[in-house]
Amino acid sequence: MTSKRVVITGMGAICGNGYTLDEIWKNLTVGKSAISTIEQIETSDLAVSIAGEIKNFKLSEDILPLKEHDRYDRFIHLALHAANEAWKSSGISLEYYDPKNVGLILGTGMGGFPRIEDTHKTFLEKGPRRVSPFFIPSVIPNMATGLLSIQLGIRGINYTLSSACASSAHAIQAAYQEIILGRQEAMITGGTESVISNLTIAGFSNMKALSKRNDSPTEASRPFDKDRDGFVMGEGAGILILEDYEKAKKRGAPIIAEIISCGASSDANHITAPHPEGQGAIDAMTQCLQLAQVSPDQIDYINAHGTSTPIGDVIETKAIKEVFGKHAYDLVVSSTKSMTGHLLGAAGGIETIFCAKAIETGMIPPTINLHNPSEECDLNYSANQKTEKNIQFALNNSFGFGGTNSCTLLKKI
Amino acid sequence: MELQDKVIKLVSEATKIDTANIKANTTFVDDLNLDSLDMVELMMKMEDEFGVEIPEDETENLKSIQDVISYLETKQ
Repeated sequence: MTSKRVVITGMGAICGNGYTLDEIWKNLTVGKSAISTIEQIETSDLAVSIAGEIKNFKLSEDILPLKEHDRYDRFIHLALHAANEAWKSSGISLEYYDPKNVGLILGTGMGGFPRIEDTHKTFLEKGPRRVSPFFIPSVIPNMATGLLSIQLGIRGINYTLSSACASSAHAIQAAYQEIILGRQEAMITGGTESVISNLTIAGFSNMKALSKRNDSPTEASRPFDKDRDGFVMGEGAGILILEDYEKAKKRGAPIIAEIISCGASSDANHITAPHPEGQGAIDAMTQCLQLAQVSPDQIDYINAHGTSTPIGDVIETKAIKEVFGKHAYDLVVSSTKSMTGHLLGAAGGIETIFCAKAIETGMIPPTINLHNPSEECDLNYSANQKTEKNIQFALNNSFGFGGTNSCTLLKKI
Repeated sequence: MELQDKVIKLVSEATKIDTANIKANTTFVDDLNLDSLDMVELMMKMEDEFGVEIPEDETENLKSIQDVISYLETKQ
């Protein structure tokens, strides 16, 4: 049996920086922030009123009939939108693949929280008989994969997983494994998140996780900068089409990059704080390199988890130095969350896409708002300016509450 | 507005189907292609609009616009 290889052949994305991947990428390379004052909900009672919000989004009626729009919470709309772009850009078809050999695994951290919150209001005001029959299908986390399989006629494996802010990174791992195992030949993967709601903002805010820089939104997300004061919530989806390399090559698919390994670990330390030495992050990155048999000094770019929290950025930097030694100062680390905000369960999906785009274009998006790096943050973060560089290997880091870590290693092909 | 027009308008809003394509003898399942979840939602909207409570076993008899009109007339 020859071992399988997994390639990315299609990508689709939506977030505050744009409705398509091209638009987002253009904005990222010029360092444009998408953080702004929240419009979706009334924020006057909240301590935080900013987010990486997608303005004026309306799902196309070609993707979902208007009659069904109200039936699904926003995270599902975003997933359908980005999946449509990914599917089309890959040129994949179910004439080429047996529908049973194509599967879907997406990640989402919180699913339909906003709809749950709204429906509960209805329940309290009008009673149980006014809870919509579409309430459950509109909020359950796996309805994006469910709907996509129905719409596209995909009949392979179909589920959604959840590991907080590492959700879609884990989804990519799981999808990668399906192809490596030979159980599926092509996969839709990545993730989606949209939880800009009163409850979630209040919850994250009371954890002291969020930036309170309400008066200067575009400067609020500032990973590795000494004046950072927390992350900024974002929303969006990042969806990838993965294919068995041989099958993709045979059909002449537009191969963007190869996924050569995935690493995963637990901190076994604290529910929300990272391990003080970054042990889990170190383990996941090391496992990734070892499985791929790539030496640390071959890595050109790391898309950091880099959320802009006071503790997290320092520990991730420390972990990178531990894994990469002196080479940590030669490679480029950047946090696109400085511009997109933190897409939570969708972060790993969209940031793996950014790694693939960096490989494809030879362009590393900057970490913006990085004017005075923290003392312990002394790597090359591509501060405020993009970096042009030929990239052979790019690594994505995604870490989640619960002490869960997931890394994905991409290679130019 | 006539009761029939009100019912048709409400069904049109719920289903996004043009009022021109909804007549008194239009049936929900066969003509408008509604499933059981659509029906529950539609009945909720009827209850809100007309201030009635439609018992669950009654909804099974409401197969067309005319059925709904006749039912509402008995309640007024």
